[in-house]
Amino acid sequence: MKKDPLSRLLWFLVWGSAILTAALVAVLIGFVLIRGIPHLRASLFSWTYTSENVSLLPSLINTLAMTALALAAAVPLGVGAAVYLTEYAKRGNRLVGIIRLTSETLAGIPSIVYGLFGMIFFVDTLGLGLSLLSGAATMAVMVLPLMMRTTEEALHSVPDSFREGSFGLGAGRLRTIFRIVLPPAVPGILSGVILSVGRVVGETAALLYTAGTVASLPENLFSSARTLSVHMYTLAGEGLHVDEAYATAVVLLGLVVLINGLSALAAGKWKKGGGHG
Amino acid sequence: MKAVREKGMQILFLLCACASILAVALICVFLFAGGFPAFREIGLFTFLSGTVWKPGSETFGILPMILGSLYVTAGAILLGVPVGLFTAVFLAYFCPEKIYRILKPAVNLLAGIPSVIYGFFALVILVPFVRETFGGRGSSILTGSLLLGFMILPTVISVAEAAIRAVPRTYYEGGLALGASKERSLFFALLPGARSGILAGVVLGIGRAVGETMAVLMVVGNQARIPKSLLDGVRTLTTNIVLEMGYASGLHREALIATAVVLFLFILLINLSFSALKRRAGE
Repeated sequence: MKKDPLSRLLWFLVWGSAILTAALVAVLIGFVLIRGIPHLRASLFSWTYTSENVSLLPSLINTLAMTALALAAAVPLGVGAAVYLTEYAKRGNRLVGIIRLTSETLAGIPSIVYGLFGMIFFVDTLGLGLSLLSGAATMAVMVLPLMMRTTEEALHSVPDSFREGSFGLGAGRLRTIFRIVLPPAVPGILSGVILSVGRVVGETAALLYTAGTVASLPENLFSSARTLSVHMYTLAGEGLHVDEAYATAVVLLGLVVLINGLSALAAGKWKKGGGHG
Repeated sequence: MKAVREKGMQILFLLCACASILAVALICVFLFAGGFPAFREIGLFTFLSGTVWKPGSETFGILPMILGSLYVTAGAILLGVPVGLFTAVFLAYFCPEKIYRILKPAVNLLAGIPSVIYGFFALVILVPFVRETFGGRGSSILTGSLLLGFMILPTVISVAEAAIRAVPRTYYEGGLALGASKERSLFFALLPGARSGILAGVVLGIGRAVGETMAVLMVVGNQARIPKSLLDGVRTLTTNIVLEMGYASGLHREALIATAVVLFLFILLINLSFSALKRRAGE
């Protein structure tokens, strides 16, 4: 069947856009890998950062510490909030409406606004200074809505018959939540945790003025510490260590690919686990 | 004893749920309190409509930055939304299974790539490209729009694909049965049904573009003046904050926080329209 011109044009646009998208992904990743891999030297992974050898290992460790601290606050809060919203709150409750609205608001706030808030509140008002702790607290607020939403979705996918069965056998609400509802939701919650890790790892703007840019290993929670993304931004901005910036980009990209893979794995498991329930 | 524990934990969960309320309240209070002196001292109208930003002489007008954010975002939407929408249609109705298994994770990966990597990529590839092809310095509205158009692609694609898949297949099949081509059935029978969802994706993309900081910082030139052409450099609201916060003090610092307040209000507006659209799409 011969197609009319409009259909042909639309067909062309659809395929053209898809090819353009695929090409952009390939160019971006290829560019980082080709420029970066040759500059991945062992010296970039030495313990100390000096102005001659801009080692990325301290920043990498800072990133891990920052992520762990932020999640230590955001995961219990987010999961607790989601449990309240799905297991306790009654439909049409005013408070629930407000909680939903605020969590949606938080999800949309740009990271620079978080950074500024963290600087005013955690750094200055609470007196935590430019530190790992201020940065992690800011990150925790930033990923809270993500944790809430993913956990809520995971809890919703647990069939009500599970809860009814548990109540029918005489278990209380608390026991039902911890023994019956949360276990099958773990993969879903985990995919939320992994997404949160991704956001913390990729964050720059919110950390510049909360965690600062000191490139060595922190002595304690009150030391300033730059994460890998901040490290890469500083290298790219200074313009003195462009090769090292490429190498840092490779490490950063590797982390993101790893995080994405893990998240897909967790989500896949969750769908499989929830499907036949 | 058991009842006490049940009740205690319920209250604990409730407190967790209230954390988001507390966070929004704190952000509002501290941002507004920090920015308010600037509004009072400079005057709200002068601040918003002033065309000169010279911290050295205590002149603070953010109109160039508002326009900068607006231009760059509009450019990003013009470039990114059509490509994203067509790609979403491709993923939902044209894509062979084998390609889908590669392309879909690739789009998800794009969403996770940190903005510094995008910015660096644009700085070394896009800026010279624009300079050599269109002239000018290379750091311009056009470069920023190209970069942001690329950056909002994963958002637009994911939301639009979900919206397209949510429309019953029968719309499309009905079109085919009436003798319309595959493309016509998709674009004229199925897509109108996904309109609210697609629009929600666009609004989410706008939010991302307005809020993007580090990547834009590297490619738009950052001149705080009203641009005359697409090839002029601009400064956006976000980059204004991040550029000068490091050394600002006094009224200058307050003016930067006030910039964040303006940005925050913009985002609030965008968010509200997004929730409204999502609710309509869900109906």
